[in-house]
Amino acid sequence: MTGKATRDAYGEAILELGRENKDIYVVDADIGKSCKTVPFSRELPGQHVNVGIAEQNACGVAAGLATCGKIPFVTTYAVFGSMRMSEQIRQEVCYPKLNVKIACSHGGFTPANDGASHQGVEDMGVLRSIPGMTVLMPADYYAAKKLVKAAADYKGAVYLRFTRDPVPFIYDEDAEFEIGKAYKLKEGKDVAIIANGDIMSVALKAAEELEAKGHSVRLLDMHTIKPLDEEAVNACIDEIGKIITVEDHNILNGLGSAVCEMVAEKGKGIVKRIGIRDQFGESAPYEYLLEKNGITVDNIVKSAERMFR
Amino acid sequence: MNRNDKAVMLREKARELRKTALIMIHTAGSGHPGGSLSAADFMAALYFDELNIRPGDPTWPDRDRFVLSKGHVCPILYSSLALREYFPYETIYTLRKQGSILQGHPDMKVCPGVDISTGSLGQGLSTAVGMALAGKRDGRSYRVFCLVGDGECQEGQIWEAVQSAVKYELDNLVIIVDNNNLQNDNTCDVVMPTGDLRFKFEAFGCEAYGIDGHDMDQIVDVLETIRESEKKLPKVVVGKTVKGKGVSFMENVVMWHGMAPDKEQFDTAMKEVEEVTV
Ligand SMILES: Cc1ncc(C[n+]2csc(CCOP(=O)(O)OP(=O)(O)O)c2C)c(N)n1
Ligand SMILES: [Mg+2]
Repeated sequence: MTGKATRDAYGEAILELGRENKDIYVVDADIGKSCKTVPFSRELPGQHVNVGIAEQNACGVAAGLATCGKIPFVTTYAVFGSMRMSEQIRQEVCYPKLNVKIACSHGGFTPANDGASHQGVEDMGVLRSIPGMTVLMPADYYAAKKLVKAAADYKGAVYLRFTRDPVPFIYDEDAEFEIGKAYKLKEGKDVAIIANGDIMSVALKAAEELEAKGHSVRLLDMHTIKPLDEEAVNACIDEIGKIITVEDHNILNGLGSAVCEMVAEKGKGIVKRIGIRDQFGESAPYEYLLEKNGITVDNIVKSAERMFR
Repeated sequence: MNRNDKAVMLREKARELRKTALIMIHTAGSGHPGGSLSAADFMAALYFDELNIRPGDPTWPDRDRFVLSKGHVCPILYSSLALREYFPYETIYTLRKQGSILQGHPDMKVCPGVDISTGSLGQGLSTAVGMALAGKRDGRSYRVFCLVGDGECQEGQIWEAVQSAVKYELDNLVIIVDNNNLQNDNTCDVVMPTGDLRFKFEAFGCEAYGIDGHDMDQIVDVLETIRESEKKLPKVVVGKTVKGKGVSFMENVVMWHGMAPDKEQFDTAMKEVEEVTV
């Protein structure tokens, strides 16, 4: 596999941004090494803060910095960034509409051997519930680099979810991404697969397998689960009517839920959600954890075939 | 057993714990050796002397509780449980493997002897307060021991927990601080100075002691002093320690916070731990 971890993309992009714009700050909480902000802290110490193992404080400090015109990226793991400091995000970032970014590595099952305590399976759902929050998960290294920059340019709260392990390249350097706009990887008419994050490579394989069987597949990279690209989802409902969502996140409150909400309100179309079956992970190989939850090429293909019957 | 023999026995146990933890982390290929090794002497004193526990009856209501608030160093806890025969010794080879009772961070649902699941820093001490409070309310005489990291003391929740312990006069709670002056990114002094922790706990109203956390005589002494204390205050032992203690190339090296030794490093490490005279 040729690929690279999205957390590496974050580390590189934030350094490039910091060099260009002195208002870009990184607020670390003692896991800068794991979240790839060490080069930033070395080269740009004047734009770096490490508050120690104190995530709630990190978020509050970032909010204060934002009131003074800085663009802070609070950097930690998904579990802590979405839940340890979720009320600080609500009260001090989203409610006052401050320009704070929460950039988290170790989203989903990728810290597989660390076990459930470190696997953020519900992070995007938690943050999606807070008014004013934008929630992103890039599918590969190139997408991650572009979306970090898009997040920096966007005025407002953004949650960015990265992962620990290398993911296959899907895009190349020239691909362009816009917050809130799905990236169409394949055009098709029999079934729409809507996925995001690391799992995109699984969805892509499933789409190819379905194509080999003579089906026409539309594949969307829904890197922004909030605000959801309603136009793109509406088009799937109107033009295809059969949708499969795939995510390395709880099937509750993530991408699958967001799509279902739209389909239900329209009153037409069917959706199959593939994702974490509302259960915690465990220490195990990443592939095993995906399989246990049916997040596999095979399950996507079979789900599509069931819809065709 | 006289005092001297006891200290010798406990130092020998600490050696066994260090070896077992190293085997586990090397076999798993990941884990946290630094903070496991710095806590080994305290863990030996607790599991082989101080704690009133029944390995054959891990949920005995009157047992002393142990809370590993810095859950990432579970290899040293699992080693203690393995050597006290809470589960078969061979289980150590399954650390972090699929289906193992030895999860990457302690899981009370599956591992006998784990009194609470931990892994997110700063939270364990509050659960220890709850256990100590229940002991008081139920008129039980067990005690609760809680191991916290010095970096972990940067979490505000630690101090919220201490307030509760002081308010409810939890003299049945013993907080042990592994003061190795290292955390994930760097030394505590660089990341976020913790200051004089013994002084801080005292200022919050605890009965706090400062010792050398690798000197078994001092560990045994302070635990005895605490056992005999009649003050209605939560107890704290701040142990000055060396992260990676016992393995020269791991000592005080930040990288060994969360990295597994390869075969060669493992062999050297085992040899060094073996060669220490107790
Ligand atoms: C709330 C929370 N934030 C961050 C982490 C990631 N993390 C694991 S260990 C560690 C450093 C711990 O340092 P310390 O408490 O001093 O432990 P020790 O030196 O004994 O290993 C960090 C930041 C975590 N587990 N929980
Ligand atoms: Mg420490």
